[in-house]
Amino acid sequence: MSVTAHAHVEDHSDDHGHHHKETFVTKYIFSQDHKMISKQYLITGLIMGFIGIMMSLLFRMQLAWPGEAFPIFEAILGKWAPGGVMDADVYLALVTIHGTIMVFFVLTAGLSGTFSNLLIPLQIGARDMASGFLNMVSYWLFFVSSVIMVISLFVEAGPAAAGWTVYPPLSALPMAQPGSGMGMTLWLVAMAIFIASSLLGSLNYIVTVINLRTKGMSMTRLPLTIWAFFVTAIIGVISFPVLLSAALLLIMDRSFGTSFFLSDIFIQGEVLHYQGGSPVLYEHLFWFLGHPEVYIVILPAMGMVSEIMAVNSRKPIFGYRAMIASILAIAFLSTIVWGHHMFISGMNPFLGSVFTFTTLLIAIPSAVKAFNWITTLWKGNLQLNPGMLFSIGMVSTFISGGLTGIILGDSTLDINVHDTYFVVAHFHLVMGISALYGLFAGVYHWFPKMFGKMMNKNLGYVHFWITAVCSYGVFFPMHFVGMAGVPRRYYENTAFPMFDDLTDIQVLMTVFALIAAGAQLIFAFNFIRSIFYGNKAVQNPWKSTSLEWTTPVEHIHGNWPGAIPEVHRWPYDYSKTDDNGEYIIPGQDYVPQTMPLYEGEEELQH
Amino acid sequence: MTPLLTIVVLVLVAIAIWQMTKIFELSQIRASNSQVASETDNKYNGYLMFAFLIFLYGITIFSFWKYSKVLLPEAASEHGGGYDSLMALSFVIIFIVQTLTQFLLHYFAYKYRGDRERKALFYADNDRLEFIWTIIPVIVLAGLILWGLYAWTNIMDINDEDDPLTIELYAQQFNWTARYAGNDNVLGDANVRMIDIDNANILGLDNADPNAADDIIVKELHLPVGRKVNFKMRSQDVLHSAYMPHFRAQMNCVPGMITQFSFTPTITTAEMRQNPDVVDKVKRVNGIRAEKAAKGMDNTDPWEFDYILLCNKICGKSHYNMQMKIIVETEEEYNAWIASQQTFGKSMASAQ
Repeated sequence: MSVTAHAHVEDHSDDHGHHHKETFVTKYIFSQDHKMISKQYLITGLIMGFIGIMMSLLFRMQLAWPGEAFPIFEAILGKWAPGGVMDADVYLALVTIHGTIMVFFVLTAGLSGTFSNLLIPLQIGARDMASGFLNMVSYWLFFVSSVIMVISLFVEAGPAAAGWTVYPPLSALPMAQPGSGMGMTLWLVAMAIFIASSLLGSLNYIVTVINLRTKGMSMTRLPLTIWAFFVTAIIGVISFPVLLSAALLLIMDRSFGTSFFLSDIFIQGEVLHYQGGSPVLYEHLFWFLGHPEVYIVILPAMGMVSEIMAVNSRKPIFGYRAMIASILAIAFLSTIVWGHHMFISGMNPFLGSVFTFTTLLIAIPSAVKAFNWITTLWKGNLQLNPGMLFSIGMVSTFISGGLTGIILGDSTLDINVHDTYFVVAHFHLVMGISALYGLFAGVYHWFPKMFGKMMNKNLGYVHFWITAVCSYGVFFPMHFVGMAGVPRRYYENTAFPMFDDLTDIQVLMTVFALIAAGAQLIFAFNFIRSIFYGNKAVQNPWKSTSLEWTTPVEHIHGNWPGAIPEVHRWPYDYSKTDDNGEYIIPGQDYVPQTMPLYEGEEELQH
Repeated sequence: MTPLLTIVVLVLVAIAIWQMTKIFELSQIRASNSQVASETDNKYNGYLMFAFLIFLYGITIFSFWKYSKVLLPEAASEHGGGYDSLMALSFVIIFIVQTLTQFLLHYFAYKYRGDRERKALFYADNDRLEFIWTIIPVIVLAGLILWGLYAWTNIMDINDEDDPLTIELYAQQFNWTARYAGNDNVLGDANVRMIDIDNANILGLDNADPNAADDIIVKELHLPVGRKVNFKMRSQDVLHSAYMPHFRAQMNCVPGMITQFSFTPTITTAEMRQNPDVVDKVKRVNGIRAEKAAKGMDNTDPWEFDYILLCNKICGKSHYNMQMKIIVETEEEYNAWIASQQTFGKSMASAQ
């Protein structure tokens, strides 16, 4: 493998001398350079994130003050909020699109797309992705899909509103709700394009990691980020096609009268012709992707947190091999646990038993990861940069959110909390907030690499601490709402007097959510300002060992001006000492991967 | 006008933040401007990490102190007791692990905050430690899995032992209907294709099926206490979910198939209304409702506790108000009630 990689390296460095003529279009728009594509992904993802978070604020306000008129509702929602009172249909549309945008457009494309593109070539020592062209196509498909999703918000009858899982028959029958008309068609088209984009990206990541590693970069010398991106891409390739088939069959049911998911339906006074299909089949297909999807979201965050924690602790990541093994175990198990979303769907209860078993198994590699992160901090010399704070925050929310998975993964206990706010609290902490923290950690840490500038650390601190307090403020009390039996996706809870005494919790959560969203404006301001006016970055601001920091601050096509550096050690030689207790390189507590082993130096851990 | 005002406010906030950072930066003129954490940053953020640990414990204690009372009262079904015990055990485990790991995480973040004098320990691996924290979750989870699966198998074993009452729960946008199987305790065949609204055959029962004639269709669910009930769920349009939180019971209603759930109610509605937790809750809720009434708001009639069936699968516009009252009563009360209901056969005869 390394022979091929090396050969590739050679002929690339040969043609480095003569520059391609870059126009504005090839440099900034239809760029095939992975660094530019990663920035495109990030900015598109952040814009989608802005839309998604705005939506959540709107429906959180509705939940805290049900039926009350807010001028902002009318300003944003127009005819969907006559007199400023939110309509029940648009409430469902908001939760649906919020979920879709956050899960797919922000945390899949915005997170994995950004950092896989940026870091894979830079950290494995490659000039670019295996196919720059496919990489460009992947981004532009993502862009088109985002545009279609945003356009669907402006459809006459409203956007898709059947929940982000779009279960048929609700999503298949326009007479069941207005959002299941044109809005749902656009949703499905956008998702089909999104899946194509994701597959092209994933295939590219896999090929690049396997083939283009520089000389000496064995698989056990890869930073954990690359392992996470690599495995994420593999589960994406395995599971996304299944969602495509679900989407295609649903399109056929909707538009061509087939009965894959529909049977025995009587709606609005007439019997429909559908016969023999099953909504449960759709649920299987959806969650066959849907569950791996949450790991597609969280694994890259885990990889980045591992890397950022090691760098800022000035210590090797604890249990490098166990970390890789747990990534692999999580990836494998993630594909055989989807049924825990369907314990009470009407599927055979025996299947429920099997899925309970596999689901609770996932807790084991997750626990190993959490303990390894904590041990990485132990006896470190923690440089509390904003990226590091978000990494620690990620471990905290991952533990808090993950623990309640023990309840939801148990088919028995799931019965009474299924589809309540308990679930909402669980997954927002464990994959929503945790993955967002991973995204923020990555942005703060690799911003110097992306833009050649530093982000303002004080604004970063303010951003982190407000966000950390508020996200627990929103989602910790939410568990109690769920345990009280409040179902999710209720426009208002006033139809049940038994939920009246929960309104003050809703108000508390909404206030925290509003403040948290305000804190994200600090981030947006810092991000944009730093791109233009940030302090100029030095080549290796965090004193890191990995390869991306050996490239010059100014981006060049091909990443390294000369030959690609050769790798001689793993990326976690922080604070490594010789027999006399002195650092390997005097006065420097880290040894770059490009540094050959000294005579008699033991190469540990791989 | 409002959007303009909103934009103006947002711009002002942005300017304020910008100015604040300016001040912040100017006040730290001596510090280096590398934007990499300094000794001071490490110190203060280390302290904040410790403060955050206290915040975490604080919000936990606060939530339990303030919100425990909103949780569901004791389970009103036979399997519900076991469910609650398993839930309690899981929570004990969760809180032990949560308290411990969050302490270690934040305490280490505080204790080992960066310092120029400090030297990190090169500590990359320890097989024994990793074995320990692999095997502990394995053992704990094995216990939980075994108990959970045992309970699950029992709950999901729906059989005809102990003379169960058979009831169909029928879901449609946006209401529930219940159908009792009548004297023969066998539900008549039904299909949406036989629905005949004009002739009041709203559930699509098969007129030709003799089992259907004695079925009883009602809009309020009455259950005799202490008798097992086998529910058969149907839906006529989209997915719904029959959620009966007080009985720790839930099952989706799926068009095209019949799903089932079974439980034995153990506490009558009248008894539950005497339960101290429920009495407290009713008092609290009625206090809130009286306050609202004083402000002239609607939907403020005093509330009396009742078991309730909710829809818990997104089903459209009025999903949030798809409910049916459940009344658990003594055998005699139930018999009297069911005797007063009209059978399907009779209602068809009177319709024609």
